[in-house]
Amino acid sequence: MEVFTLQLFNGLSVSSILLLIALGLAITFGLMKVINMAHGELIMIGAYSTYLTQNIFKDVLPPSLFDWYFVLAIPVSFLIAFVFGLILEMSLIRFLYGRPLDSLLATWGVGLVLQQLARSIFGAPNVAVTSPSWLNGGVEVLGAVLPYKRLFIIGLVALCLLAMYFYIYRSLEGRRMRAVMQNRDMAACLGVSTRRVDAMTFAIGSGIAGIAGCALTLLGPIGPSLGTYYIVDAFMVVVLGGVGKLVGTVLGAMGIGIFNTMFEYWTNASLGKVLVFLCIVAFLQWKPMGFVAMRSRSLDS
Amino acid sequence: MLAVQQLEAGYGESVILRNVSLKVKPGQVVCLLGRNGVGKTTLMKSIMGLLKARRGAVSYNGQELTKQAPGRRAKSGIGYVPQGREIFGQLTVYENILIGLEAARDKNAKSIPQEAIAKFPVLPTMYARRGGDLSGGQQQQLAFARALASKPEVLLLDEPCEGIQPSIVDDIRDVIRSIKADGKTAILLVEQSLEFVKSVGDYFYVLEKGAVAWEGGLESLTDDVIKKYLTV
Repeated sequence: MEVFTLQLFNGLSVSSILLLIALGLAITFGLMKVINMAHGELIMIGAYSTYLTQNIFKDVLPPSLFDWYFVLAIPVSFLIAFVFGLILEMSLIRFLYGRPLDSLLATWGVGLVLQQLARSIFGAPNVAVTSPSWLNGGVEVLGAVLPYKRLFIIGLVALCLLAMYFYIYRSLEGRRMRAVMQNRDMAACLGVSTRRVDAMTFAIGSGIAGIAGCALTLLGPIGPSLGTYYIVDAFMVVVLGGVGKLVGTVLGAMGIGIFNTMFEYWTNASLGKVLVFLCIVAFLQWKPMGFVAMRSRSLDS
Repeated sequence: MLAVQQLEAGYGESVILRNVSLKVKPGQVVCLLGRNGVGKTTLMKSIMGLLKARRGAVSYNGQELTKQAPGRRAKSGIGYVPQGREIFGQLTVYENILIGLEAARDKNAKSIPQEAIAKFPVLPTMYARRGGDLSGGQQQQLAFARALASKPEVLLLDEPCEGIQPSIVDDIRDVIRSIKADGKTAILLVEQSLEFVKSVGDYFYVLEKGAVAWEGGLESLTDDVIKKYLTV
């Protein structure tokens, strides 16, 4: 029972991390169809933003306030990654819409530049971010200890999802965004400023990558190549889930996370990963569009 | 008044429109006729700004629009119901019409104006459905309502009756007539059915090989003209 609870929780925890790193990509790749290889570096930027926030708190503010740096670090990471995304979109991505191979190569290059930038500023070795003390420890459920950090990440993902849902499906900006992504020309003919929508959408996807980076600082030290570890997983989640729908991304992350944990428990870490890859390949043979495929009369043509 | 002067436009290397000039006066219903492939839809797209003009000018109320993006043209008062309707399939019917509000000149307009949907009583009953799930005729009505939401002064209608059952064609005719009767919105209409355009049109242009081959009022649109330019 104890083992089962722990495995289930681990699966959920892995899923939540996968989901967090994939959510931003679900926007930039899923909605905008930009193969953004610099997504991992936007995560890295979020992580270093958290590191900087921590340092500022350490150096400037009284130690009693230190524990609260993390609360501020989340919006700060979002904003800094948001600004980076905005600059990236306005200076590069916007010239590459509809050219997937070019954007793949260009964003990969941007990723390398950003990695080197981080290396120049913060140095090549990993840096540690001290987690706030209120996230240490855990809660015991059915004999298994569930760490607060993991629970916090699950909560953070849920919050991000909720915010994204309301932004995309319930707000004016989100409506414009969906209209532009579905039929750019027609949206333009109805007076929607497609340039503005593109820039905002890409920046928001980048900002969410920043939040993911912030959360990753809870799990271990961070370095300039942090993003490269996560970029493959992020794409896998979005492709498996089916592009263009949030619910697909959630299912993709859950599927990979839970199966990965199960296979790793039954076999070992590397074989588990191989098995997960095999399952994904098999699944995409069966359903090439992923879990949730968009279908309607207007899209069938 | 919408004015097109000596417009030349095309796709890639090929020139589709050469030296087209036309005028749509306030409140007028102007019909654009011609056989398939003479450039009617291309002209509509050029007026809307989806296609860049190579030469010539498009202006509206004296305001030069030739270099403007489609969004600016929509905001200056031009509404567009394109061929094939171009409904946002994943958005609900309600959201589709709300997108139409983007071009409203009244910046405080937050709700759908009554006159946009009054002519289509079926639409409010389907607000929650996705646009892509509607039938062709319903989508056409939605495209009308979406264009009317911004209260345009000129409405470009590109084959609004294409592939639609006769009863809805009659509805659309009534809608065009009532827009005409209101006198607030001029219409530039592309339509294949002669019977239809004769029943609503004030002034007619016939395109041939990308240029205006004939123009005139309803009384001068004689069988000779029709035989010469329109019968296949």
